[in-house]
Amino acid sequence: MDKIKTEHLYFYYGRKQALWDINIAIPERHITALIGPSGCGKSTFLRCLNRMNDTIPRTRAEGKVLLDGQDIYSPDTNVVELRRRVGMVFQRPNPFPASVFDNVAFGPRVLGLYSRAELADVVEESLRSAGLWDEVKDNLGQDALSLSLGQQQRLCIARVVAVKPEVILMDEPCSALDPIATLKIEDLMRALSTEYTIVIVTHNMQQAARASDFTAFMLSDAERTGQLIEFGPTADVFTRPRDKRTEDYITGRFG
Amino acid sequence: MRQTPRVRWGEFAIESLIRVIGFSTVGFVIIIFLFLLREGLPAFAQIDLDNLFGTRWYPTFDLFGTLPLILGSALITITAIVIALPLGVATAVFIREVAPNWAREILKPMIEVLAGIPSVVLGFFGMTLVAPIVRETFGAPTGLVAFTGALILAYMSLPTIISVAEDALDAVPKLYRDAGLAMGATQWQTIWRVVVPAARSGILTAVMLGMGRAIGETMAVMMVTGNAARMPLGLDALFRPVRTMTATIAAEMGEVAHGSVHYHALFAIGIILFVITFLINLAAASTMFRKRRRGGLR
Ligand SMILES: Nc1ncnc2c1ncn2[C@@H]1O[C@H](COP(=O)(O)OP(=O)(O)O)[C@@H](O)[C@H]1O
Ligand SMILES: [Mg+2]
Repeated sequence: MDKIKTEHLYFYYGRKQALWDINIAIPERHITALIGPSGCGKSTFLRCLNRMNDTIPRTRAEGKVLLDGQDIYSPDTNVVELRRRVGMVFQRPNPFPASVFDNVAFGPRVLGLYSRAELADVVEESLRSAGLWDEVKDNLGQDALSLSLGQQQRLCIARVVAVKPEVILMDEPCSALDPIATLKIEDLMRALSTEYTIVIVTHNMQQAARASDFTAFMLSDAERTGQLIEFGPTADVFTRPRDKRTEDYITGRFG
Repeated sequence: MRQTPRVRWGEFAIESLIRVIGFSTVGFVIIIFLFLLREGLPAFAQIDLDNLFGTRWYPTFDLFGTLPLILGSALITITAIVIALPLGVATAVFIREVAPNWAREILKPMIEVLAGIPSVVLGFFGMTLVAPIVRETFGAPTGLVAFTGALILAYMSLPTIISVAEDALDAVPKLYRDAGLAMGATQWQTIWRVVVPAARSGILTAVMLGMGRAIGETMAVMMVTGNAARMPLGLDALFRPVRTMTATIAAEMGEVAHGSVHYHALFAIGIILFVITFLINLAAASTMFRKRRRGGLR
């Protein structure tokens, strides 16, 4: 089953073209990794999937992005609603300067959940599924910024999970973390992928090979930024790439 | 690399000059404070404390109760802040978060102009325009009452509150906004639940600086508050005349005999005012310098 499909997706920052004719079908409840050299449009593509690019002035998307068959760029899309269904974890852990509890409760509160007991349930459940519960359960009132970076990133994942999205987008979620914290996040992604569709940008090829089910390789050339070169099951992309450029990239010949 | 002695000498001179100027600024503050103490402290010896902190200020009868003046200042300052805070924060939010660029470009300099309006002009404006409106709207016998003063003071502290609050909002990292939006919060939810709480300590600073500005204001307040030194107690206190500390000093200093008890009493008011302002500024500074901005979410 495809959760997200793009059809002839082009993207522009003002005059600067950043995605070129992307056609991809992202399978439901699996982990899809986006790899490619820096500046090839991975983040841009990811941010098209929940329309976070809308927050940057003078940007424009062309083509279609279908979520469960519905074009999210059609004029009658409710962007707020869309972002509840498609959550996002950022490159730098960005918990709010508030308690652990308030961080996780943020989304449910925005959705109108105010009962203390129900909130406590949601917070516990979300922290558990982010693998953070045991580390913070004794002090949910502590300042989120006092956690380690790895914990902060898992808190951000818990915060997203608390809104019960369908898709979770992650933009290089481990780039600020040490190897152990990184492995924890990868385990967590694996566990979450039974329930959520996960799309992760990474510049770490081992990570993509280890932690994803499908891999998309993106590249820019002299004229066109952000082309999708190859997409397939991770094992295939890494062991028998169809495109010469993919092979060159994963064997470290450029990028 | 060696320079000619002459250049180094020039630099030395400039450096010393700047240092002297810098220290002399601090020196002047100290001199002013010492002067204030010298002229004001005798009052604390010459007047019974019961009298000095009593409820009646009638210098002709040797009654120097500063309480009505202190409360008068407090009443209009606090009322002014209660009015100005929501307006100021809302304006800052509008300028920083909502307004399109061109509107921001127009609004910011306009607010700076607002800060530059002489207080006499505002007092005049308050007397001739605001006071009659207050009188008619609230059915008070006169429009020259505490509330009119508070309105004028609110207006005067707005520029401070707006610009400091705006800086505080500006300092909130885009990461927080993105996080809010990406969780499916609307733009308003993001502003009120993420950005404003994250800027909380800065907004607190804005309030204190606004208060410091308001409590020291003299001319406009003197023109519009009626200047009756009565205890501003009771529910209608806002709609009766009051007298502030500043207005008392300004009005009476000119006619008082140098060295008299009354003279020292006016300086004592100055000391009290100085201490209050100092404490407010200290509180503002301590929130400003607190290491990390602790925020919170609603
Ligand atoms: N806000 C922006 N404004 C203009 N150009 C941008 C902006 N963000 C990214 N770009 C450009 O778009 C291209 C793709 O960037 P990005 O999606 O960040 O790549 P990646 O995440 O793969 O490193 C780059 O050429 C980059 O310079
Ligand atoms: Mg990127």
